[in-house]
Formats: sequence, structure tokens, C-alpha cells
Amino acid sequence: MEPATKTETLDIEGMTCASCASFVEKSLSRTPGVQRAMVNFATEKATVDYVPTQASPATLKEAVINAGYGVVERAPDTSAAERSAEIDCQKALAYQKLKRRFWVAVGLAVIIMPLSMLMLWPAMMARVNMQWLNYSLLLLTLPVLLYSGREFYVSAWNGFKHRAANMDTLIAVGTGAAFLYSLAATVVPGFFTSRGLMPEVYYDTTATIIALILLGKVLELRAKTQTSAAMRSLIGLQAKTACVVRPDGAEVDVPIEQVQLGDLVVVRPGEKVATDGLITEGSSALDEAMLTGESLPVQKQVGDPVFGATLNKTGSFRFRVTKVGADTMLSQIVKLVEDAQGSRAPIQRLADKVSAIFVPTVVVIAILTFVIWFDLAPAGTRLPLALVNFVAVLIIACPCALGLATPTAIMVSTGKGAEHGVLVRNAEALEKAYQVNTVLLDKTGTITKGEPAVTDFWTLPGQEAAQLLPVVAAVERQSEHPLAEAVVRHADAQGAASLTATGFRAVEGKGAAATVNGQAVLIGNRRLLADEGVSLSPTLITQAEQLLSQAKTVLYIAVAGQAVGLVGVADTVRDTSAAAIRKLQALGIEVVMMTGDNPETAAQVAGQVGITRYFAEVLPQDKAGKVKELQGEGRTVAMVGDGINDAPALAQADIGLAIGSGTDVAMEAAGITLMRSDLNGVVTAIELSRQTIRTIKQNLFFAFIYNTLGIPVAAGLLYPFFGILLSPMLAAGAMALSSVSVLTNSLRLRSFDNH
Amino acid sequence: MDTPAILVTVGGLALAGFVLWYFFFSARQTASAVSSSGGVQEVAITVKGGYSPDVIEVERGKPVQLSFYRDEENSCSEELLMPDFSIRRDLPAFKTTLVELLPKEAGTFTFTCGMGMLRGSLVVK
Repeated sequence: MEPATKTETLDIEGMTCASCASFVEKSLSRTPGVQRAMVNFATEKATVDYVPTQASPATLKEAVINAGYGVVERAPDTSAAERSAEIDCQKALAYQKLKRRFWVAVGLAVIIMPLSMLMLWPAMMARVNMQWLNYSLLLLTLPVLLYSGREFYVSAWNGFKHRAANMDTLIAVGTGAAFLYSLAATVVPGFFTSRGLMPEVYYDTTATIIALILLGKVLELRAKTQTSAAMRSLIGLQAKTACVVRPDGAEVDVPIEQVQLGDLVVVRPGEKVATDGLITEGSSALDEAMLTGESLPVQKQVGDPVFGATLNKTGSFRFRVTKVGADTMLSQIVKLVEDAQGSRAPIQRLADKVSAIFVPTVVVIAILTFVIWFDLAPAGTRLPLALVNFVAVLIIACPCALGLATPTAIMVSTGKGAEHGVLVRNAEALEKAYQVNTVLLDKTGTITKGEPAVTDFWTLPGQEAAQLLPVVAAVERQSEHPLAEAVVRHADAQGAASLTATGFRAVEGKGAAATVNGQAVLIGNRRLLADEGVSLSPTLITQAEQLLSQAKTVLYIAVAGQAVGLVGVADTVRDTSAAAIRKLQALGIEVVMMTGDNPETAAQVAGQVGITRYFAEVLPQDKAGKVKELQGEGRTVAMVGDGINDAPALAQADIGLAIGSGTDVAMEAAGITLMRSDLNGVVTAIELSRQTIRTIKQNLFFAFIYNTLGIPVAAGLLYPFFGILLSPMLAAGAMALSSVSVLTNSLRLRSFDNH
Repeated sequence: MDTPAILVTVGGLALAGFVLWYFFFSARQTASAVSSSGGVQEVAITVKGGYSPDVIEVERGKPVQLSFYRDEENSCSEELLMPDFSIRRDLPAFKTTLVELLPKEAGTFTFTCGMGMLRGSLVVK
């Protein structure tokens, strides 16, 4: 029996050109035990099939290093689903613990509060022994401090050792100061009374602040788990098993991790496709909504690609595995969304700067507040007033809201985008899309289906279309031009006879020439015929103009130096284009079209979809120039394109949108990738970015306004004028609410729906 | 101003000065990466109320592997953000999480907790 092989993917570094890749490939292929090695220069990855008994990942790495290159070490290969499940489990445990601590704090605070209030009734004061009451309050507060609030003090101390200060520092210092003061007033009341001070205690403040802050944390944690819900459901889509066909024909269910490249997999109706591959047998309709956001099933047959996690609706088919693990479309999408969620939006920079210096600055403000109150307040109340305001400043100044403002909105919206088939590369792209006021659409493949089809085959009187078609097809069969392919497809569909052309010659930008049945045949645009000295009859010109007026591309046919007929070719407009363009215009965006076609065709298509400004006869290399031209007018341009030749324009634009899962090159150059081949994705992307940035701005406004107003009020700035002081408990309540309100605002993005 | 007020004022100002110096101007713990046999620059970082070490020096163009060991349960440090490298990672408590990256440009790149309060920096030379 042949030994089983394993496949290893190595991340190669140091390759600068394609020949480097072949060096690495050779070195790997020569390693004993290696059956096949493939190195992709673009992705910097080597895929190696080897016999585990003869080679190991270590020997493969050695071979790469011997060739003069390096291998990037990767984390132990746990699947995204496993990793996320483990983290979820940990988070759930932490949430349970937090809730327990919260309820203990609430339970005790509910008793502590009314007991502290007793002091407000003079009648009660006379009956109750103050000393005893204070000791009881102390005993009740200790569990709140040592159990519920322990984390704040431990974390503040750890942070202090690292010269890092966070919100725990503020809470620990604030509640700690109130508690220590109360402790002193309880244990040595004589020290206060001898100096003319009431030995007041603030146990209720301490306990309530801890309970309120914990409430904020509970709500925050719950909301935070919802921010990544879309992402988790995306990971959860992956199939767990695959039905693999063994060489002997047996069908075996195996865990998805064991599926290898080249395996044959069976998919029955209602089943999930296990991984990416090409259909080899059978056909079916597949629901690809999870990848593209498009809910209509897509018909697939032999030779068509299928993607992991999509749902097989009706038929049964077999496919050959072409991608596994991290290379599958779903994994790529997950990776892209993860990357976007880890990126920083430029709008966040100010918040970042503020966060970095926030806590130590607040501590300094609190100290100064204490000093000023102590120095200026009447001698009898100066210590309690200084203390209360010191605590209030510390507690109200929570930087959480500031820290959460941007990332939570980005988390929710990138996940939401993926659900709609809109993949955002990074937060900056989202911010750029918000500023767009001009959308430049590439006509072919974007507004139109991108596949030209013959709509008219017209011959001069006296010419037989049935005889001319095989002649034209014979020439076009040798051309690689998309229009030529359309003619060939048309001829094949008509069942035209197959003829042979000799002396084929492609005339760039004009057409093609060859000899068929001993006669010179020309097919191409008007310029080709003019250059070859063929004159056009008035009837032919009239007919051509009529076709042109219908936005069709006209190919002129000449046989033996005589113009004999015309082919009308048109690339039909997608059903959704006109409506999507109207929506963009309704958003206040100017939509401009760009095409390589002649001005007549361009005008026709533009008119059909409601575009007033367009660039015609734009050569592929000039596309980026047109983007620049619009930018020169002071516009923020989004370029939408689908092909390799759009890549420079996508990169030049303020934001590039690659449409229809596109080519890797286009995706690489684009800030946003639309998985679905229609313009509604552009509308979704722009609406999503607008809502996200609006949310971020609201969040930042809330966070900043809250701190800039909250701190001075807590410090007692209003007291000299209006006698207003902020109770530390109110400050704690406000603080708990601030981050929760920011999170809730971000979570509103979950209801984003584009119609 | 009576004696207590003078004491509080002097003490308060001294304390404020100390806070500013301690958090902003005192010396930081710096560590250089150790290159493994495979040419990967490895650094072990402990997360506990902050990152130690919190300034990490690495060479440009060579892959870097940072292993973050989170030695606490406090929720503040549960997330790691390295926006310049598009990295957001959950750091499970009492576990080591590996983070790999390839620094292509020289410069100082900050890494922070989810809210940007705990901070460290990667200095690429």
C-alpha cells in the first residue's frame, strides 16, 4: 500500500522575484520524501505534499533555508471556529463571575444605603448609637470591597507597577479614598471631633459606586459580545464534515480537517458544501447568500466553482477539492473582516491621543480639586467637601466611552457588511467611503453584464447571412478578443459550418484579418476598413448608424475588398443597474461612467441607466488618469471596477470598490470588495459607511462632551455660582451609563438594512 | 492659610508632580527581540496590568513572533490591538497567545488594550 501523504503550507519570506520561487520549489522538490512542491510567489506560500515517514515540517523548513530563504513560523493550527469557541467559553465564565460580584454588591448596597440615611433623621440619630452603626456599615462594606471590587484594586496596583493607569486606577483611588476616610472616622472618631469635624462615613458611597460600576461592566460585556455576533455566525457557517469518495468508490463522511486537495466530495440536496472546489459531476442550484449576500440561488454545473459553507438546494453533485482550510473563500472573508476589525480609523486618532494621557491627567485634576477645596472651603466642612469632590472627579472621568466609541462601531459594521456581501478591507476604507461624492463606474462588467453578445447579423442585399457567418466565425475563432468570442458563440449557437482561416492577423484596436476559402476577410471597426481601403455603401452606413444609435458595437465585415455586412454586438445592462444608480444619485452622489466604447454607445448606455456624465473611448491604461482628472476637480472619487485592468484606477481612487468577487489583483487594489455582481453593493457600501461614521461621530461627541462637562462639574466648578455639587454616586451612575450608551449606539448598526 | 492647608497644598502639589513624572517621564522597560534559528524574532510579553516589557525593539524586514502571556483575569487586558498591523486578538487569561507580523517599515508602532489604556510599543529599526 502506498504511504499516505500529508500537505504542509509554508509561509516563505525573502522572495523578491519569480525565479526565487522556483529556487525554493526546486530545493523543496529535491528533499527526500517530498512528492510535490508548489511555490506561489504572489502569496509567498509553498504547498508541499510529502510522506510523513520520510520528511517532516522541520526538514521542509531546512530545505527552504538551504535555498537561502526563510519560513515564517505560524501559530499552532487551531481552526478559527475552535479558537473562537474556546474564547467564547472563557468569556461566558468571566461574565458569570462578574454577575455574581455585581449581585453581591447590589445586595449589600441595598442594605447599606438606608442604614446610612438614618443619620438624616434627627429623631433616629438620637436613638441609634453612631459608633455601632458605623461599625455595622464597615462590616457590610468590607465584602463589597474585598469580593466585588477586588479586581479594581488588584488591577490598579498591577497597572501602577507598569506605570500604566486605566479606569480601574480611577475607581480604586476614588472608592479607596472614600473607604479609608470612613474607616478612620469609624475607628478614631475622636481625632475628627477634637478638630471640630463631624466623623462622617462614606460607606454608602463606596458600596454604591462599586455596584454601579459593576452594573456598567455587566451591561458593557453583554453588549460587547453582540458586536462580534456577525463574525461568529460567519465562522459558524463552516461545514463540520464532508462526504469524500474513496478511490474504490466508497462514500465516507470525514471531519472537515481531513479533507485534502484533490479529494472528490459528494454533496446531496440540502447539504452544506464542505470546502471550495470545481464541480465534476451533476448540477444544482446553490444558495450562496452567506458569501455574497444575494439570496437568489445560483445555478451550477460541471466545471463551475463551488464554495465552502454555501447551501446546496436541489440537485446532487460531486466536486473536486481545490482549496482547504485557510485558503477557502469563507476563511479569506473571515480573515479580511478580522483584519478590518483590528485596523484603526483615522477619525480615532484624537481619541487615541486623549486616552493615552487621560487617567494620569484626571488623577492630577482630582488632587488639585482636593487641594483647592481644602484651602478654600470653611474650616468645619473642608475635609469632607474636598474628599467628596476628589472622589467625584475620579469616578466621573471614565475613559471607557472614549475607548469604545470607534472600535465597537467598526466591529458591528464590518460584520454587518460581510453579511451583505460587502467586504471592507480596513476602517480607513470605511471612513473614505463616507466622504465620497463621486462614483466612477466602469461600464463593462459593472453596469453591464460584461459579456458581449451578438444581437444583429446584417448582410447587404445579395449576400447570404448563412454563408457569411461561417466565414466570419472562422476568422474570429483565432482571435482572443471578447467581441470575437461573442461572434463565435453566436455562430456555434446557429450551428454554422466550421471553416478554416489562414494568415490570421490581429490589428490592435481595430479588428482582425485572415484568408478564408481563398478570399481576404476583414472584420473590425470602421477604421480597419478605411485603413485597408474598403469603402462603405450608403445602405451599410445607414444600417450601422441605426445599430450605433441602439448602443450596439458594430463590427464591419469585408470579403475580397468589399464591405458586405455588419455584426451588432451589445453588452446588456444588468437588471439592477439603473435602480442602483438612481439610489446613489438620491444619496447626493454624482455617478460618472467610463468606457472604452465609442461616444455613441457610451451615450446610449448612460442614457439607459440615467447617467449624464461619461468618458468614452478610455484606453485601459488611461483609466487611472480619468480618476485623477475627477480628483483634480476637487472630488472624492470612488472607483468601481471588476477587472485586472481596473487595478491602477482602483488604487488611484480615494476608495476602490472591486465588484463581483473579481480578480485577486482587483481585490488587492480595492478598499472594499463586493461579493455580488451588481451595483446595489455600491449603494450598500456607501450607506453602511455613512451610518458607521455617523455613529462614530455621535459616540465620540457623547464621550468627549460627557468628560469635558462632567469633570468640571464634579470638581465643583458650579458650586460658587449655583451651589451645585455632583454626588460621587451620581457620577458613578453617569459613568456606568456613558459606555453603555456608546455601545448601544454602536449596536444600532446591527439593524442596518439596505433595501 | 493655616498649617493643615499649607501641608495639604504642598503635599498635593508634590503628589501631582509625582503622578506626572511616574506615568509620563520615568524610564521604560525596553527589550530587544531574540532571533531564533529560523530567523524569527521572538519576544515573550507578560500582560498584567500592563505589558512587560512594554517597549520592544525589533529589526525591520524579519518576521516577529510576540507571545503574550496574560497573567490575570481583569477584563481590561482581554483584547490586544495593533492597528498598524491590522491585528485584533483576544488574549485568554492565563494562556499564551502568539501574534505574528512582518515589520516592513522602520518606526514606532503602538499596541494597546481594547480601549487604548494599556500601552506598549514596537520599535522597528
